[in-house]
Amino acid sequence: MAYTAPLQDMQFVLKELAGLEQLATLPGCEEATPDVADAILEEAGKFAAGVLEPINRLGDCEGAQWSDKVVTLPAEFRTAYRQFVDNGWNAFDHSPEFGGQGLPRLVSAAVREMWKSANHSFALCPMLTGGAIEALELCGSQALKEKYLPKMVSGEWTGTMNITESQAGSDLAAIRSRAEPQADGSYRVFGQKIFITHGEHDMAGNIIHLVLARTPTAPAGVKGLSLFVVPKFLVNDDGSLGARNDAWCVSIEHKLGIHASPTCVMSFGDHGGGIGELVGQENEGLKYMFIMMNSARYAVGLEGLGLAEAAYQKARDYAKERVQSRAIEGSAASVAIIQHPDIRRMLMLMKSQTEAMRALAYVVAAAHDAAFHHPDAEERKRNLAFVDLMIPVVKGWLTETGNQIAYLGVQVHGGMGFIEETGAAQFMRDARITTIYEGTTGIQANDLIGRKIAREGGATLKIVIAMMRATQAELAAVSDADCQAIAAALATGIDAVVQAGDHIVGLYGANVREVAVGAVPFLRLMGIVSGGWMMARAALVAQLKVGAGETASFYPNKRKTARFFAEHVLNEAPGLVREITVGGASALALEEDAF
Amino acid sequence: MKVLVAVKRVIDYNVKVRVKADQSGVELANVKMAMNPFDEIAVEEAVRLKEAGIATEVVAISCGATHCQEQLRTALALGADRAILVETDAAQTENLQSLAVAKLLKAVCDKEQPQLVILGKQAIDDDANQTGQMLAALLGWPQATFASKVVVADGKTTVTREIDGGLETLSIRLPAVVTTDLRLNEPRYATLPNIMKAKKKPMDVLKSAELGVDIAPRLATLKVVEPAKRQAGIKVADVAELVAKLKNEAKVI
Repeated sequence: MAYTAPLQDMQFVLKELAGLEQLATLPGCEEATPDVADAILEEAGKFAAGVLEPINRLGDCEGAQWSDKVVTLPAEFRTAYRQFVDNGWNAFDHSPEFGGQGLPRLVSAAVREMWKSANHSFALCPMLTGGAIEALELCGSQALKEKYLPKMVSGEWTGTMNITESQAGSDLAAIRSRAEPQADGSYRVFGQKIFITHGEHDMAGNIIHLVLARTPTAPAGVKGLSLFVVPKFLVNDDGSLGARNDAWCVSIEHKLGIHASPTCVMSFGDHGGGIGELVGQENEGLKYMFIMMNSARYAVGLEGLGLAEAAYQKARDYAKERVQSRAIEGSAASVAIIQHPDIRRMLMLMKSQTEAMRALAYVVAAAHDAAFHHPDAEERKRNLAFVDLMIPVVKGWLTETGNQIAYLGVQVHGGMGFIEETGAAQFMRDARITTIYEGTTGIQANDLIGRKIAREGGATLKIVIAMMRATQAELAAVSDADCQAIAAALATGIDAVVQAGDHIVGLYGANVREVAVGAVPFLRLMGIVSGGWMMARAALVAQLKVGAGETASFYPNKRKTARFFAEHVLNEAPGLVREITVGGASALALEEDAF
Repeated sequence: MKVLVAVKRVIDYNVKVRVKADQSGVELANVKMAMNPFDEIAVEEAVRLKEAGIATEVVAISCGATHCQEQLRTALALGADRAILVETDAAQTENLQSLAVAKLLKAVCDKEQPQLVILGKQAIDDDANQTGQMLAALLGWPQATFASKVVVADGKTTVTREIDGGLETLSIRLPAVVTTDLRLNEPRYATLPNIMKAKKKPMDVLKSAELGVDIAPRLATLKVVEPAKRQAGIKVADVAELVAKLKNEAKVI
């Protein structure tokens, strides 16, 4: 069977862990009552399974085609995009002021997970449009917003982020694109940008490029970057499309995955200059980028989750169907491979980590909503600090684990997994980019230990640790063997985070190089302990439900899955701590020419 | 013209159905439920009639427990204007048979006076294929079942029916009852704005007792069992043995 949205687990996380009901009482979130959320998830699940998933493999095989500066996507993608827009999905979480539905991030997290599970390539287009919308909304003038946002919110036009240049990847200070002010207040933009997702395609009437460039008087480095809107077609005052702007796709990349998401080399100003308008103030571009970056990084984290879920479903279905070998303890006939203990272990690794990732991602989304909608300023501040700390964890841990899960998905299939027609390999290839774009795992981890922990002396981390300890204590008081085992593993995990956190805060100033060696292991530690914390909360809820007479197998299964996570994933914590606290020196011991 | 569409809550077609341990029926506890797919086609047809300017109002109706409101909300999200739930109590819902539903629908038709009632030809749970026919008989209205095309004009509806030998076209006067076959249309996906609006559309809840009809079951289910497991195959030595087995054991030639 093809992809089916995991509605039961999604609804469990939304209601029992992320507090959908309380969220719907916040100003601006009133529409998102649990019954409406259920209806939305149900219908979004149908759209993902019925429209987006069936063209996923076709997109992989046919891919985007470039010819003479024009990019063509498979016709099925154009049709599906039209339907996506017509059915209002693009406007999901955008501002009602410009035609959006204004639904909270929490509900949109679940819906976006479905798009990403069903068709990662397709989902990238609305994701980038969403980033561009957010940038314009937060930083653009009212005139710019009115000119561009309504059609971007509806999805009639799409958006892009033009940041990277060949010499400026992770290092934005090296950006060279320039913008020359004109007498009429506009700018002419010149330069070449690479890795521009959906920079050119034929699914929408116009493409609104947001471009980072330097004005002639700009200071060097990141402090001299400004943000410009450069549309593919100029937009007349009456909103109609005008002349073709000097912004062209001069080639697209040949990639390992996401074949139906064109990755463009964009050339601005080969024919006199791309006409652009300044967003906000000159030289404030980097600040605006950072505002968007949290959303973009979060969204990529969801890709890790979406692909993990898709890979899990495929592997699970195959394991139930594929009959091969007798049971290890002996059986009359050959059995479905799901009966073999190692297949079972792999499926549990896939299932338990996907559920933990989902819980963490949605809880962070709910905190994001509270950070912007809660009437109490202290609550907003507290939630924002939690989100800021967790963004690199969501991005880094979900994508790294998503890759591991897609890898396991291939493994469960055996030889068939290596065959493209099976479809398991596509998840693995598509997932591979997620740990790289929007900041590699290394960049996320440095952000986590530096900006998010060391810079504030670990203040927010301490608050989160206290929250974890409270859950742990609650669970330890339950006299159930599963709960006891989870509580014990969580206690060890929390101790590991405390020890590693103290090490990072203590040594960051004195020996940042050795501390930074432990950055990625620390990100993983934060991921598995936060995931373990979420699974512990889930086990507690499950325990209460069973106690209250709930008969659904979902609840005992959730508790058992949480125990597996504790014993197979959370148990890595002590090893990671050693890596973080002791392993810095040996990683840096060799001279450069020994490599 | 008012169109009434009947909607049944059934086990989602993706779910693997399990028989209860006591063989009294199928397991419904904690199972994902959905709108009967044939009823989705019925809703779609009614909404298209409205979009074509032929129908003025589309009313979705369901009979059963409170939970059926979920399926009615789906019908509203797909374009129905309002909904009616004829609510039955737990014991009645457990064994609500086609005749009982037809009687409840008739009682509602008497109040609502629709010109056209569209139902799925059957529900994917019990596959009874009776409710539409019984309703037409109770109302004394003409019926056209297994519709693959419906045209409404001049107080009549011309319905193309899928029958064993091919297609049959009937012209029947309104008011009438039509039941849908698979090829009638392809139901749309609900749009996000319509999902949001569905919550605000009116939903009336009637207690089945208020309608004054006898909905007691007329059929007793003796037991429900899983389909027989497929037997292992055997190898035959030659064609002669195959023919002999087909003739004597399988008795198919």
